[in-house]
Amino acid sequence: MKKIIYTWAGLLTVSIPSFAGNEALVGMNPVAVAFFLFFITATLGITYWAAKKSRTATEFYAAGRSISGFQNGLALAGDYMSAASFLGIAGMVATKGYDGLIYSIGFLVGWPVIMFLIAEPLRNLGKYTFADVVAYRLQLRPIKILAALGSVAVVILYLIAQMVGSGKLIQLVFGIPYEIAVFIIGGLMITYVLFGGMLATTWVQIIKAVLLLGGATIMTVWTLAKFGFSPENLFQSVKETAGENWLKPGGLVSDPIDAISLGLALMFGTAGLPHILMRFYTVPDAKEARKSVFFATGFIGYFYILTFVIGFGAVVLVGLEKITSIGKGGNMAAPLLAQALGGDAFLGFIAAVAFATILAVVAGLTLAGASALSHDLYVGVFRKGESSEEQEVKITRIAVLVLGIIAIVLGIAFKDQNIAFMVGLAFAIAASTNFPALLMSIVWKKFTTTGAVASMATGLFLSVVLIILSKTVWVAILGNPEPVFPYKNPAIISMTAAFIVGIVVSLMTKEPEAEEKYEEMKVRKYLGIGAE
Amino acid sequence: MTRDELKKILQDPDFQSLMKKVTTVSLIFTAAILIIYYSFILLLAYGKDFLGQPISPGSATTVGIPIGIGVIIAAWVLTGLYVYWANKNYDPMVKQLREKFRR
Repeated sequence: MKKIIYTWAGLLTVSIPSFAGNEALVGMNPVAVAFFLFFITATLGITYWAAKKSRTATEFYAAGRSISGFQNGLALAGDYMSAASFLGIAGMVATKGYDGLIYSIGFLVGWPVIMFLIAEPLRNLGKYTFADVVAYRLQLRPIKILAALGSVAVVILYLIAQMVGSGKLIQLVFGIPYEIAVFIIGGLMITYVLFGGMLATTWVQIIKAVLLLGGATIMTVWTLAKFGFSPENLFQSVKETAGENWLKPGGLVSDPIDAISLGLALMFGTAGLPHILMRFYTVPDAKEARKSVFFATGFIGYFYILTFVIGFGAVVLVGLEKITSIGKGGNMAAPLLAQALGGDAFLGFIAAVAFATILAVVAGLTLAGASALSHDLYVGVFRKGESSEEQEVKITRIAVLVLGIIAIVLGIAFKDQNIAFMVGLAFAIAASTNFPALLMSIVWKKFTTTGAVASMATGLFLSVVLIILSKTVWVAILGNPEPVFPYKNPAIISMTAAFIVGIVVSLMTKEPEAEEKYEEMKVRKYLGIGAE
Repeated sequence: MTRDELKKILQDPDFQSLMKKVTTVSLIFTAAILIIYYSFILLLAYGKDFLGQPISPGSATTVGIPIGIGVIIAAWVLTGLYVYWANKNYDPMVKQLREKFRR
């Protein structure tokens, strides 16, 4: 472990100065490098500490269920607020105005749904993954195969999108070549998860959330200070520099069906993301699980309000021309605003925060993917639920390594590909494959194994096929003139179909054993008796 | 837990009323967030002019800005209200039932 820390520290001190290019936004900025090294040293230190406490399966997957509701709320926020939401939404507000706010609202409203429908039963019924809950009273093997497939599909798509996005970001900000950036991120992510398991991942996410919320707060207050702490003054300046259209809803919601479809994917996709659902097993009981959603929703909502101000601040203080000339879709709006406010020192700090942001998200994803491969697929399917803890943790560690390498390889392979559809597809799969089966298994007595398998297969198949037939792939990547599927997001069809197929097939089949176990499950679901 | 114990809990009127209460409350809260969010989406689709008008003559702030921020705050407040309800009602009921059955 120590050796690894030294190797990484060595690699970083060598790589940053020698690869820093001239066109980079920050380049060799000493503040950026200092924060960067501080963050890496701190997180590797935590990993070293956590490694001693990550031996049993419960420790490795669920941090020994020792995380408090408040800590988990921060970690959930850290797991969810990706660099895409920091840079992407601030950029969207800067380049498209009000529509950026609409987008961020969609990302937030899934959280209350998690709270009201999922959080408490999920915590009481499951062990390490959401698939545990679906399989609780149904047949283990078929359920676990499909659930693992759904989880791994979401994780891989999300990982590729994060890897490519972050490689480009780091290249642009620090001037490090793309491939090296992907290697650094992949290597650190593997180190955290492989040695420190959920405990290290949790603390990386907590530190990141604090840094990101703190950094964004400073930026917002600083921006508002330039406008006499009056949002109206800020909006007035936006109106003068960019035009009044920036303050009105624009083209994002032109087709109501498309908007509802996107809304469904964002809302229920959030409630089906394996790396988010897994975090609920790190708290001791359902009460803390519930508390953690309250804190997470507050932090994430607050953060989105900040990005709204940051985006508009960038329009006025940086200027649209400069924002659109650097980085696609205005992604550099927030870093450029930091530079305009506090010079290179503050820019360095914000760049380091963005880097921490990426690491926390990819670490959470890798751990969730590895648990699906090991706990669901290996133990649940190949070992029929029987495996020693030691063996299970060993397999998880191998899975972490394999997934990490896959993420690095695909991150490099997809460098110049159009990956805009990937996050949308990940959310569509989560909303159509994971969420319907999870919800029906919790609330519906007559739900059967065949019904669950049919529902998950339908959701997965339809979300993938419809995305391919939609504009984002069929026209933008495959070069066809017209999309076959008219909407940008498939959730309205694929999620509805997953529910209908699940209900119809369950009604056509009977599983008396599952119905009987549903009664027994109620006691554990509501009272937490027998919960892990 | 034995079969008899399980049956006893399942048939306990307090447990049945707890299930009913929790289900009703979570459905009401879910309906609330769905109504808030999809009203906002429908307003965006059909009420662009309303959202785009200034909140008062001459101001740059549009009606859509406080409404959008309001949706974010409403989502958070709803989770807070649920926690408040659950701490006050759900948890004591669970505690009472667990004590009753000594689990």
